[in-house]
Amino acid sequence: MEFRYTVNSFTYNFKDLKTLMAKASPYRTGDALAGISAESNEERVAAQFALSEVPLNLFLTDHLIPYESDEITRLIVDSLDKNSFSIIRHLTVGDFRNWLLLDATDTEVLDQIKMGLMPEMVAAVSKIMRNQDLIAVAQKCEVISRFRTTVGQKGRLAIRLQPNHPTDFQSGILASTIDGLMYGCGDAVIGINPATDSPEVVSNLLKMLDELREKFEIPTQSCILSHITTTLSIIKDAPVDLVFQSIGGTEKTNSSFGVNLNILNEGFLAATELKRGTVGQQVMYFETGQGSSLSANAHHGLDQQTCEARTYALARKFNPFLVNSVVGFIGPEYLFDGKQIIRAALEDHFCAKLLGLPMGMDVCYTNHAEADQDDMDNLMTLLGVAGCNFFMGVPGTDDIMLNYQSTSFHDAMYVRKVLKKRPAPEFEAWLLAQGIINEKGERNALNSKHLLLNRHGK
Amino acid sequence: MENKLIQTDPSELLKTQTNARIGLGNVGGSLPTQQTLSLKLDHARAKDAVFSPLNMELLTKALLEFHIPLFCLKSKVENKIEYLKRPDLGRRLDNNSLEILEKNKEKLDIVLVITDGLSAEAVNNQIINVLKRLIPAWSKNYKIALALVENGRVAIADEIGERLEAKFTAIFIGERPGLSSPKSMGIYTTFQPKIGLTDESRNCISNIHNDGLSIDQAVQILNYYMEESFRNEYSGFKLKLELNLIDEQKNTPTFG
Repeated sequence: MEFRYTVNSFTYNFKDLKTLMAKASPYRTGDALAGISAESNEERVAAQFALSEVPLNLFLTDHLIPYESDEITRLIVDSLDKNSFSIIRHLTVGDFRNWLLLDATDTEVLDQIKMGLMPEMVAAVSKIMRNQDLIAVAQKCEVISRFRTTVGQKGRLAIRLQPNHPTDFQSGILASTIDGLMYGCGDAVIGINPATDSPEVVSNLLKMLDELREKFEIPTQSCILSHITTTLSIIKDAPVDLVFQSIGGTEKTNSSFGVNLNILNEGFLAATELKRGTVGQQVMYFETGQGSSLSANAHHGLDQQTCEARTYALARKFNPFLVNSVVGFIGPEYLFDGKQIIRAALEDHFCAKLLGLPMGMDVCYTNHAEADQDDMDNLMTLLGVAGCNFFMGVPGTDDIMLNYQSTSFHDAMYVRKVLKKRPAPEFEAWLLAQGIINEKGERNALNSKHLLLNRHGK
Repeated sequence: MENKLIQTDPSELLKTQTNARIGLGNVGGSLPTQQTLSLKLDHARAKDAVFSPLNMELLTKALLEFHIPLFCLKSKVENKIEYLKRPDLGRRLDNNSLEILEKNKEKLDIVLVITDGLSAEAVNNQIINVLKRLIPAWSKNYKIALALVENGRVAIADEIGERLEAKFTAIFIGERPGLSSPKSMGIYTTFQPKIGLTDESRNCISNIHNDGLSIDQAVQILNYYMEESFRNEYSGFKLKLELNLIDEQKNTPTFG
């Protein structure tokens, strides 16, 4: 189906829906690299006008990647809840934006429609929304997930403690972990990116974290972010809380990651069976990020943000405990600078929340992107206002294994303070009992006799 | 001098266990001034490394002393900003460079490609020391040439190797600078290079810098990949590194 829009007697033509979506996307280098972005600023806005006139109904029949050739499309189409969709089926993309912003469209209403939304509808509406719209609507969503902590309640903000080490040196990882705990981080998960995917290394790291958790009775969960097949190979013998996998929005992207629906389901079933959670049994942890499909040459001509939104349909099939986009990790050929990273992060958070995911964000950048700490301060504050479920906590922002900058333990203190957010309730009680924070959430002065340190030192 | 404004971390004693930035102390919910400026300095150095140029004059002079063919080439990229935005252009030679290669009549086995990548400083500082350990030994059995390339990506070695009909290429390239390691070099090797190959066809040696892999270790691995590639007539993921170089670090925690 063709689309057109006339500006001052010049008519722009868009040959199909995916072309229209791509041209309507706010500018980013990845879409330009793929050769699918608008050729002028005027064409971009013309595409946004044309997209705003598209009825949501059309997405049900006009599949951007054919049903026959992609299992993610099949999952999206087959899992759509027609009853939920009926609430909004009469709307165009433009009126969907209007409807989302209504005061009457509150947390409860948004929860009712989430299973009636296709990711392409959500991606489409995000393209005609400003940053403040993305924040305002996301803030209305509340997606709560549970394992040993409760993450995502309004007024709370959790942190994934990320104590990576370039050689998986256990004492080094433990030192960063204890430092992070003493800054109130670790309620989302203590999650390590291992330097190698060796089952033995992964197993030993899991045992080390589990021992630490049990010794200090820390209400949290651990995860080693190895490939899901590695985790599956050790799940019978090692203490696996959460099963991790990086995923993408097309079947081909996922096969470049070495996974598919079946493998993910296998991991989901195996971890669910362990019943290691206390307050809930949501066992999956997914990471995503714009640009992965283009990078794997698996984007089918779709813009990178639409591919990303499709990823969330895959994630939600497995009722995950945590999901985050690693927004600024991919590099400047996909997201060039602070402006593009901030925009993409707000889109990802909005789309994921609207689709019902417990969304966090790795607010991050690489040294070859045109971004710095000021951009990350802006983004973290904006996402905090938008109600992001969790951020990363890396010692001094510097991940010495992955060589990029994420948010730090100090950033966590900052954002909780300025936005009056508290840690996850179970973890907050533990922090208070340990004397790490006071009732106001401020950090106490700790001395070297503190239990966490003494057990480490001896 | 102790600064009474700063709440220090007792976890400072854990600092011996890792290079991660732990035990930084805090002022309210924030980093102390010294720490926030140190972070800024490290980022500034990393950014400068990305935009650093190859020292063409010094490198050319030093490379000519190996007395083997040297080609000075450029990718299709015009400047560093375009380099960052268009990896596709950084993988291909410009027309002038193609003409230079066209004129070559010598039969070659190996081309050693040197390019700036994301940290020309890493290459400026280390490449001559690496080549001194390679070229005299390799020249005994193989016909070798050098290519010095401005604004190249890893895959540009494929086009150079294909044009020169070489059997094996090794490309020396500045890696994406880390905050603590802005001058890190990587090496990628490919047997039977041709345009369109992807990473699974290559072997990679990463993290060559003062606090990372030493030049001697890198050369040892490179020798291994070269010899094994010629012996098996392939490179890439099928070629496993069966060399034990890494110092065994005592890898058990000391708590409990």
